Amino acid sequence: MLTKGTVKGIISNLVIVEVDGAVAQNEIAYIDLNGTRLMSEVIKVVGNNVYVQVFESTRGLTVGTEVEFQGHMLEVVLGPGLLQRNLDGLENDLDKMDGIFLKRGDYTFPLDEEKLWHFKPIAQPGDKVTAGSWLGEVDENFQPHKIMVPFIMKGEYTVKSITQEGDYNIYKTIAVVEDHNGQETELNMIQRWPVKMPLTAYKEKPRPFKLLETGVRSIDTLNPIVEGGTGFIPGAFGTGKTVLQHAISKQAEADIVIIAACGERANEVVEIFTEFPELIDPHTGRKLMERTIIVANTSNMPVAAREASVYTAMTIGEYYRSMGLKVLLMADSTSRWAQALREMSNRLEELPGPDAFPMDLSAIISNFYGRAGHVTLNNGKEGSITFIGTVSPAGGNLKEPVTENTKKVARCFYALEQDRADKKRYPAINPIDSYSKYIEYPEFEEYISEHISDDWTEKVNEAKTRLLRGKEIAEQINILGDDGVPTEYHITFWKSELIDFIVLQQDAFDDIDAVTPIERQKYILDMVTDICRTDFEFDNFNKVADFFKELINIGRQMNYSEFQSERFHKYRTQLDELISRKKVSA
Amino acid sequence: MAKAFQKIYTKITQITKATCSVKATNVGYDELAQVEGRLAQVVRIIGDEVTLQIFEGTEGIPTNAEVIFMGKSPSLKVSDQLAGRFFNAYGDPIDGGPVPEGEERPIGGPSVNPVRRKQPSELIATGISGIDLNNTLVSGQKIPFFADPDQPFNQVMATVALRAQTDKIILGGMGMTHDDYLYFKNVFSNAGALDRIISFMNTTEDPAVERLLIPDMALTAAEYFAVDKNEKVLVLLTDMTSYADALSIVSNRMDQIPSKDSMPGSLYSDLAKIYEKAAQFPSGGSITIVAVTTLSGGDITHAVPDNTGYITEGQLFLRRDSDVGKVVVDPFRSLSRLKQLVQGKKTREDHPQVMNAAVRLYADAANAKTKMENGFDLTDYDTRALSFALDYSEKILAIDVNLDTTEMLDNTWKLLSRHFKPAEVNMKQELIDTYWQQ
Repeated sequence: MLTKGTVKGIISNLVIVEVDGAVAQNEIAYIDLNGTRLMSEVIKVVGNNVYVQVFESTRGLTVGTEVEFQGHMLEVVLGPGLLQRNLDGLENDLDKMDGIFLKRGDYTFPLDEEKLWHFKPIAQPGDKVTAGSWLGEVDENFQPHKIMVPFIMKGEYTVKSITQEGDYNIYKTIAVVEDHNGQETELNMIQRWPVKMPLTAYKEKPRPFKLLETGVRSIDTLNPIVEGGTGFIPGAFGTGKTVLQHAISKQAEADIVIIAACGERANEVVEIFTEFPELIDPHTGRKLMERTIIVANTSNMPVAAREASVYTAMTIGEYYRSMGLKVLLMADSTSRWAQALREMSNRLEELPGPDAFPMDLSAIISNFYGRAGHVTLNNGKEGSITFIGTVSPAGGNLKEPVTENTKKVARCFYALEQDRADKKRYPAINPIDSYSKYIEYPEFEEYISEHISDDWTEKVNEAKTRLLRGKEIAEQINILGDDGVPTEYHITFWKSELIDFIVLQQDAFDDIDAVTPIERQKYILDMVTDICRTDFEFDNFNKVADFFKELINIGRQMNYSEFQSERFHKYRTQLDELISRKKVSA
Repeated sequence: MAKAFQKIYTKITQITKATCSVKATNVGYDELAQVEGRLAQVVRIIGDEVTLQIFEGTEGIPTNAEVIFMGKSPSLKVSDQLAGRFFNAYGDPIDGGPVPEGEERPIGGPSVNPVRRKQPSELIATGISGIDLNNTLVSGQKIPFFADPDQPFNQVMATVALRAQTDKIILGGMGMTHDDYLYFKNVFSNAGALDRIISFMNTTEDPAVERLLIPDMALTAAEYFAVDKNEKVLVLLTDMTSYADALSIVSNRMDQIPSKDSMPGSLYSDLAKIYEKAAQFPSGGSITIVAVTTLSGGDITHAVPDNTGYITEGQLFLRRDSDVGKVVVDPFRSLSRLKQLVQGKKTREDHPQVMNAAVRLYADAANAKTKMENGFDLTDYDTRALSFALDYSEKILAIDVNLDTTEMLDNTWKLLSRHFKPAEVNMKQELIDTYWQQ
């Protein structure tokens, strides 16, 4: 029997309900507002009074309204057909909703209920299976979508029967399994899972080590992220967080990309809706949208659903990871999620932590990042979720609770710098403050030596040192003046500028420059390292600047040219000629 | 005003500066009420105790005041009769004209389903090259001026409104001085544009809390014209900092825990709800929002400009350039996030690169200026960058420049060619081959 209750108090989207029976923390309840069912979630219980946060506007709600509890937490439906969907934070299919405006209480099913999927069995009758075991697979946008034993099933089961290959809809029973008591369960292609619980049907979670190519040079070359890694991008507004996130989600070498637009601008989501169906995945040649799921809870959509949206996206990610796929999850922005927590914490009149955020913010963030990772499944296959979140620090100040707590858990840090953005040096990732902890992993270094080259790490570190040295010299020149330092200093400074302009800066709106495959990044790094290691001779500092500006100009023309094309080689020849003119002869 | 069947409550249990609580039953959340004839709105219900926010303030409200609940949330009657009219925060005419007829719609209505939006793609030409060249505006965009109170943002906004090709201009004034209100009225009437204008006005003489209704009133009218009539609507909101101040007054009186700069913790969501009403609709109508956020001493880290910057699609900064003695649109701090949707697509192909190159060189000039001020020798390049900056400020960035985009591009190429060598501008060779002026 489901517990019922009546509304006793309303403060914005926090509603107090008096109940007649048992309720669970985080249980879902529906408030019946004259026939419109408003979804809500239990967040606090005091005696018979249950505090629920409503995922909709409470306008017009009156005391005495009936409430029905559902006996389960906020769940998502998992099954074939999630790819290419535009969902809201509660997993409603936005495309199925009528009208231009969102209506209260309009909940739509995220999957196609009619579509026939071509099912091929994997398991055999008699197989021993547990939660997450692969029973069969269907083809979802050319990805092998595994139909798995539901994750909520505990213990070991025996497959009694499995349906033969054929075309079925999601409700068709595809297998019957039996537990050790002989109790049979029929399974179809869909299952449900509560979003706030991590989905852990895997054997182990080893340290991640495989480079995840993003095509962004200042990430891949300088501070690489790995399959199953975590990273975050803090940046004040206008520093290019979203452009960078979009670039990564377009270019990254992942099987599935999930974009959680959490409390951000609707037009940015529209950009994805508009462009992704047209753009081509550089790795497979298929449409980008075919591998993408969008979870959109824009800033003007209900705040409580904003909090849910990141969990919804993560749960869908974990589902695909359990199929042995490489998932990339992007959340823009985790600060909006933290703000949603703050709004509710304030309404509950909890004692506030720093900047009025709830005291457990740190734990919430670290548990969430902890759900990402590279895993070995029970069948020995591997899957991963790479998670990159953006952070929108208040006032651009990185000493605020969300940034600080994220820094404790995320392994890559891509600091977007106002000064670089002002100078239009995009992407504005500060090369000196940013880091990737994965570089220090011996597993990673081994992988890189094998897949790129064994002097790669050495060259990357050399470039970083030169950038730092260049920055120091720029400061000295600022204080002492151009002629207050030796010409040698100018050469060192301009070598760092060369790295900045040719390696770091990248035009996200140019078709060729926007994405640089790793072989090309290697070419560029080798070329730039060679130049930096060359000794030059100049009469005075003015000549240094002139020479390097010309070099940079040619290098940029190369970046704009198709790799190894005739044009590309023409510029390379020009570059080599220019260098040989100023090189100190041995 | 009370209708015969309406129940009158008189048991007031608590009065603060902005709210009062009354014992009442069967009251809906967000519902409007009248307390001694003053308009109020339900902000909290606990059992039979209903807390009302009284827009005009609670001065003189007695504990036996008459409270009548109106059974609806704040609303506006929408129809074509709104055009050319001036209203207060409640949507009542203040121009002496008749009360418009029309369909009554609750204000602060639901959000647009993101999948039903269209990607903005229509350029809004303002003639001001600091905007059109460097920070191109697009219909369906939301963008504020970040300005200190002494800067001429209202003039620039009026210029933008009149030059932009729109069907309706809706002005929402919050805490506007009466003089500025008359300024807008005069400018629009002198331009013969009054029939395209709809104005919702809360001046400094009106109660501060009333301001909270202005953006929703303006945007409800905007949605009527943009969605029902497929018109291009430009909404001007000035000043959003006054709006945020009113929010903080209310939350303070409701005993909410303040977050940064004494603003309510929900400031981001509150502002986003307003700005996100800007949209390009599939049927051709659009709502574009140009707002003003006044700063205190140019501080953009304050909670209001900071949250605004994360919500809006860019921001425009004005600055007085003492070298040329003109007000310019600051190219470093200003940004239009939607510009790449039109630049080089609706304008000439060289637009994005010309814009970036000029701004980068202008930055070099700023560095050279610092060097000069610190007493260091300037290189030949520094000198050229400085003379470029003067030209660029006066002929491109100044707000009194009125050109079409192609002229702006040609003029910028002229300046680049006059002061620099092709290798110094870091542009694609093809563009230099085509446009460099020998």
